[in-house]
Amino acid sequence: MDIAKSPNSIRTSGLGSCVGVILYDESKKVAGLVHVMLPDSKLGRGDTINVAKFADTGIPAMVDQLKQEGAQLFKLKAKIAGGAQMFQFTSNRDSMRIGPRNVEAVKQQLKSLSIPIVAEDTGGSSGRTIEFDTITSILHIRTVNQGVKEI
Amino acid sequence: MYNRITSLHLDVLKEIGNIGAAHAATALSGLLNTKIDMHVPKVEMVSFNEMMDFVGGAESVVVGIYLRIEGDAKGGMFFILSVEQANHFIRKLIHDDSFDFRNPPVSELGLSAMQELGNILSGSYLSALSDFTGLKIYPTPPGLTVDMFGAIISFGLVEVSKIGDQVIVIDTTIYEEHMGDSETVRGHFFLLPDPDSFQSIFKALGVS
Repeated sequence: MDIAKSPNSIRTSGLGSCVGVILYDESKKVAGLVHVMLPDSKLGRGDTINVAKFADTGIPAMVDQLKQEGAQLFKLKAKIAGGAQMFQFTSNRDSMRIGPRNVEAVKQQLKSLSIPIVAEDTGGSSGRTIEFDTITSILHIRTVNQGVKEI
Repeated sequence: MYNRITSLHLDVLKEIGNIGAAHAATALSGLLNTKIDMHVPKVEMVSFNEMMDFVGGAESVVVGIYLRIEGDAKGGMFFILSVEQANHFIRKLIHDDSFDFRNPPVSELGLSAMQELGNILSGSYLSALSDFTGLKIYPTPPGLTVDMFGAIISFGLVEVSKIGDQVIVIDTTIYEEHMGDSETVRGHFFLLPDPDSFQSIFKALGVS
């Protein structure tokens, strides 16, 4: 989890099944990035849980951090990207379709916090590198075959 | 989660990488009629971020084959080639010098040859592993993609990430002797056993 303030940008590269969730407050020019690897912290089986990587714990944790940076909850908006299905398998194992499950869980979590999703680029079968510009609130998304797009 | 792993355990994992990759290298050598060399395996415990920096970094474009291993021991297995080296292998296999993974849409024949190459190499790696350990393991049919390394390898981290933020990776590299040895021509086998499966592997080899 990272936070950036104007004029900096925030970036993560090589997103596959993971979902990059950008939460931002346009008026304060502050943004946070959550790198969601797994949909639900109930899947965690370790002695300690790293809240940052689950949709249901990482997003609320980021909201708290952004509040400390002066952002207001009701002004927060979200842009999300990632959740690809990199490989096509015949198997229906849940772990094989982790990308779509991550996207679903992120959307549900944002809904329960009443944070609107302004734009998204999710699913598909391509890896993504994303970069959020805190000045313009534009999310730049680069894929190998489709170049760069902005949402 | 890995606190009971000793240097003896790491040596055993290296031996697994050694035997697996040696069999795969032999298979590849037979297929292409060329001499294939391999490196001494590396076994490392790394954070997810460090894993992303293997093979030229998260954004470097590679050809990746991925399969899951099921049975007595579980895990993920990747065969990763630079695009340049994959092109070279496939051109040789299908006798078509114009074949290029960088130029989509890529020919069906080339894709199918790559898929089959992945099948054969991962199959020989895993059957060697199975013979060596006596464990019954079954590969799922491999998936193939050409994309950013980080996006590909993160698929193998899903199971591991349920338990912790570090992964033990058994990394073996092979290369064609006459091409020399540099990152651009290497092929990597990455074996990422699920954390629960280390005990089965060590037990099978008498080092639990």
